[in-house]
Amino acid sequence: MAYGEYVVLREVSFDVQRGQVFVIMGGSGCGKSTLLRNLLGLEEPVTGDILYSGRSFTRASAPERTAMLRQCGVLYQNGALWSSMTLLENVGLPLAQFTDLAPEEIDQVARLKLAMVGLKGFENAYPSEISGGMQKRAGVARAIALDPQVLFFDEPSAGLDPITSSLIDDLILELRANLGTTVVVVTHELASIFAIADDAIFLDGETRRLTAQGNPHELLAHCSDRRVRRFLTRGREDSAAAETR
Amino acid sequence: MRSTDSSTRQMAVVRGADGEMVIRLAGVWRLHHGFGAEVEDIRRALTGATAPSRVSFDASRIQSWDSSLLAFLDEIAELCRARSVAIDQAGLPQGARRLLELAAGAPVSAAQMPPQRVPSFLERVGLAVIGMGAALEAPLAFVGEVSAAFGRMLRARARFRGADFLEMIRACGIDALGIVALISFLSGTILAFMGAVQLQQFGAQIYVANLVAIAMVREMGPMMTAVIMAGRTGASFAAQLGTMKVRQEVEALETMGISPIEFLVLPRLIPLVLMMPLLALYADFIGVFGGAAIGVSMLHLSLTTYLITSAHSIWPMTFVGGMFKSFIYGILIGLAGCYQGIRCGNSAAAVGQATTAAVVNGIVLVVVACGIFAMVFNVLNI
Repeated sequence: MAYGEYVVLREVSFDVQRGQVFVIMGGSGCGKSTLLRNLLGLEEPVTGDILYSGRSFTRASAPERTAMLRQCGVLYQNGALWSSMTLLENVGLPLAQFTDLAPEEIDQVARLKLAMVGLKGFENAYPSEISGGMQKRAGVARAIALDPQVLFFDEPSAGLDPITSSLIDDLILELRANLGTTVVVVTHELASIFAIADDAIFLDGETRRLTAQGNPHELLAHCSDRRVRRFLTRGREDSAAAETR
Repeated sequence: MRSTDSSTRQMAVVRGADGEMVIRLAGVWRLHHGFGAEVEDIRRALTGATAPSRVSFDASRIQSWDSSLLAFLDEIAELCRARSVAIDQAGLPQGARRLLELAAGAPVSAAQMPPQRVPSFLERVGLAVIGMGAALEAPLAFVGEVSAAFGRMLRARARFRGADFLEMIRACGIDALGIVALISFLSGTILAFMGAVQLQQFGAQIYVANLVAIAMVREMGPMMTAVIMAGRTGASFAAQLGTMKVRQEVEALETMGISPIEFLVLPRLIPLVLMMPLLALYADFIGVFGGAAIGVSMLHLSLTTYLITSAHSIWPMTFVGGMFKSFIYGILIGLAGCYQGIRCGNSAAAVGQATTAAVVNGIVLVVVACGIFAMVFNVLNI
């Protein structure tokens, strides 16, 4: 994966199992969001392939890609709500576009989704009228509108208070448990990583490679890579080692 | 048992002897098919003569489900609540029960709710009148702030970056030369062509040069330049500042104690005001050459004769008047663009509205000013 001559990531290879909460972690600038953009087809990898249920996404035609992406929901970093629409309209739009539901049924489903993220009563509010945390929750409601098989979350906890952040973590776990949704989360928030991840990869900004994969608790217990340990312990292990010396 | 499509969902309502109503659900409940008919069936069952005292579910034959089942169940729960009918969800899939609990979750407090009240007619009239006052007050306050900032700049106490100022000189001046040249040349040719058709009838075709020169220098040069700059630069100012407002860059300046008017508005307004007379002068020349193209090709006048006649037809005060107009037009366009950008809302739609308003207001102000200039110049015999 590269921007022109600048290689962001090389030789990245991993599998995500159906129904997993999979976390892409790493420090700032390590290429987490670039990897996500590649997974969503917003950027093209220089070489290699991305497979969804065994089908090539990279080599798929535009209509095939659209069909594959329809099985995915995405929460963007700042919610990316359409500012000229109310929250109900934001959540209802994908339902109106891709289902045969009647308008009142669309409203009922959209209301339910907003209620699931704790935004009951805000159906007619515009994005500019609510807080950043609420915008992000509304973004989650829109992402789950069509009950996607795969959900991508780009920095879901960024800029949120711990309670809202924990609410989104709980929602991710509920969706996985009750709808069997596969969730791919890009984050560097350790609390979230340890709370939700079944499996995770660590992208190293220095080598620009994937340097570790596994459950974060197991990585913390067994991984010998210095940079992974430093990341998972907030740099405390380095400080402790320096003090010992 | 109702079955809209046997391969999808099925529902049956069974009445018990003790006033209980059991809703049996089966099949595949997916979002791509509606559930309105089933909701209507339940609504009728709940409002009929033998309304149940309790509703329960048997979902043991459901094959798969998604949010369509949840939305259906949520609606049933709402209907039961409204009719004080007890509801027992024990027979539902565990996942569905959990997600419905999540949706029922903590209610939002009244303080958090956005205002939903629709104001009365009188209230709306009152608000509109107050709004009109505010609509006048805000631009006047902005003009006042810009004037004060300009005063500070003259005393070398204003804070802005010289690089921004020079960049805007380029953007408002050099970058606009191409479009101004094209429009002015075409304006000159159109004026000359229209004049030639009429004046040829009287053998007075040489006066085409006078017509084009006076029209370009006095009105068309400044006016066409102003329209171009309102659409090009005024819109750009509004979009730039509006986007900065959305990204909280303006607030960041304010919290650092830097006046956005000094830092953002002056480096845009002043270059535009300085460049406008120069662009109008440039437009005048190009327009005269556009007229000359018609004079030489259609009326067979020599280029020298055409240009000398043009030069003799322009009085110094006509020229000064045109330059003064373009200077004022620059102030109006710059103020309209910057004002709309600075007062822009916090959304992408607001940036679009600000940009549109900047262009519309800029052109309206220029046309109004043009009318006022016409009357004043007539009184002053310029």
